[in-house]
Amino acid sequence: MEKLEVKNLNHHFGFTEILRDINFTLNKGQVLSVVGPSGGGKTTLLHLCAGLLDVEEGSATNTFVSSSFAFQDARLLPWKNVIDNIALGLLAAGEKKRVAIEKSKKIALEFGLEEDDFDKFPKDLSGGMRQRVSFARALVVKPSLLFLDEPFSALDIGLKKELQSILIEMISKKEISILFITHDLMEAIRLSDEILLLKADPGHIVKKFSYDLAQNQRDDEYVYAQSAKILQDKEIITTFELEIK
Amino acid sequence: MKFTLKILKDFPAYLWSGWGAIASILLFIALWDMGNQIYGNLVLPSPLETFQTLIAMLGDESVIAEIKTTLYRASIGFGISLVVGTTFGLLAGFFATASMMSRPIVTILVGMPPIAWIVLAMIWFGMGDETVIFTVIVASFPIIFVGSLQGTRTLDGDLKEMARSFKLPWHMKFFDVYFPHIFSYVFPAWVSGLGMAWKIVVMAELLATSDGIGASLAVARSQLDTPTALALVVIMISSLMFVEYIILEPIKREVELWRS
Repeated sequence: MEKLEVKNLNHHFGFTEILRDINFTLNKGQVLSVVGPSGGGKTTLLHLCAGLLDVEEGSATNTFVSSSFAFQDARLLPWKNVIDNIALGLLAAGEKKRVAIEKSKKIALEFGLEEDDFDKFPKDLSGGMRQRVSFARALVVKPSLLFLDEPFSALDIGLKKELQSILIEMISKKEISILFITHDLMEAIRLSDEILLLKADPGHIVKKFSYDLAQNQRDDEYVYAQSAKILQDKEIITTFELEIK
Repeated sequence: MKFTLKILKDFPAYLWSGWGAIASILLFIALWDMGNQIYGNLVLPSPLETFQTLIAMLGDESVIAEIKTTLYRASIGFGISLVVGTTFGLLAGFFATASMMSRPIVTILVGMPPIAWIVLAMIWFGMGDETVIFTVIVASFPIIFVGSLQGTRTLDGDLKEMARSFKLPWHMKFFDVYFPHIFSYVFPAWVSGLGMAWKIVVMAELLATSDGIGASLAVARSQLDTPTALALVVIMISSLMFVEYIILEPIKREVELWRS
């Protein structure tokens, strides 16, 4: 069984304690969100899980066969055109060049890019298009586990919904597991099976919320109702309002 | 290969875009001719006379030999600068301490006037090839070194992280992530280094040798042979323009197409 298991994870940057005693398990086909205020150590946690940072104390064991990462900003290679950017992960995984290009073109069309855009460099794309390319690059490798670092935060509402529904479709087919970092509670409620609330200074998990309804059956009403409910939770109030002070 | 083809394909369009440049050169020559009419042949020979001298010189084997000598010195000096400067620049860029320590040394190298280097080199190496080549190296090395250092220092950390998240193998990391960025800094540095080398080689020859374009220039000066002096200058400038606009610029355009 593929899973990501985090046990007794602590992390420091110098003398600053960033994360304290984090424990959770993400099973195959599950979507786990970590929500919390900015600067609370969410990204650090994600980087530790994805192996972009070295784990110092505790463990983060990832047995998923493949994984990919979609960042908050698009992080495209400026000297490569759209298709070559998407194909990057495939080529790194040892896919033949021609197959990689073909797959990339196919997914680019699915993600609402047009053939005219294929040869463009990132400088000639709008912010939304760049994020589409970045998403396509992460998903074209058909990852078993997807790491998402607030990838929707800079997008307009239409594009946000579009990308989310692509994910929801994959989730309902049980094709993908997701570890999702966000500060947007509604986003988390729409996509997750489980939400972990990460409180800052140092980052530690204070509460866990579970949602059983299948993602493709969650309509706006459900999301609004659940958001309203969760916003009355005491822990949520203290965790997020501390930031405002 | 594909890249070379693209450069060749875009080349005619590039040349066509050069009409403006040609017009401005012709305007310059017209001004030059006006200068000749005002100040007379001794001070400023007419463009026509200069180009006639130039053609006569290009038919003369001994002049061709002088040009070859200069070309040889410049290429050796520039070649050494290119290899050594790029390599050391890359190395220094990858280590924070090395780049910190190299900065003042580069400032010294850049700040020292080339004429002072020529004097020192004449004392160290005597009058000959070594003096010229040494001066060329010393003058163009820091430019290339700094370009290559900057290229490595400014690698984007976010992109490095992205490369790691996709587990790019080392050769992809180098060719797809590091190289294009570094090259976009190093290549312009090579171009300015080359310009510098070409200027310095003549200056060093003029003072320190008895052959090459620089030495011919010295002879022309002592004989008050202004047409020959000007013809030599034309050779210098047109060869630099040829290399820069016909060879390097098209490459640079293709390489930097992705830049905003």
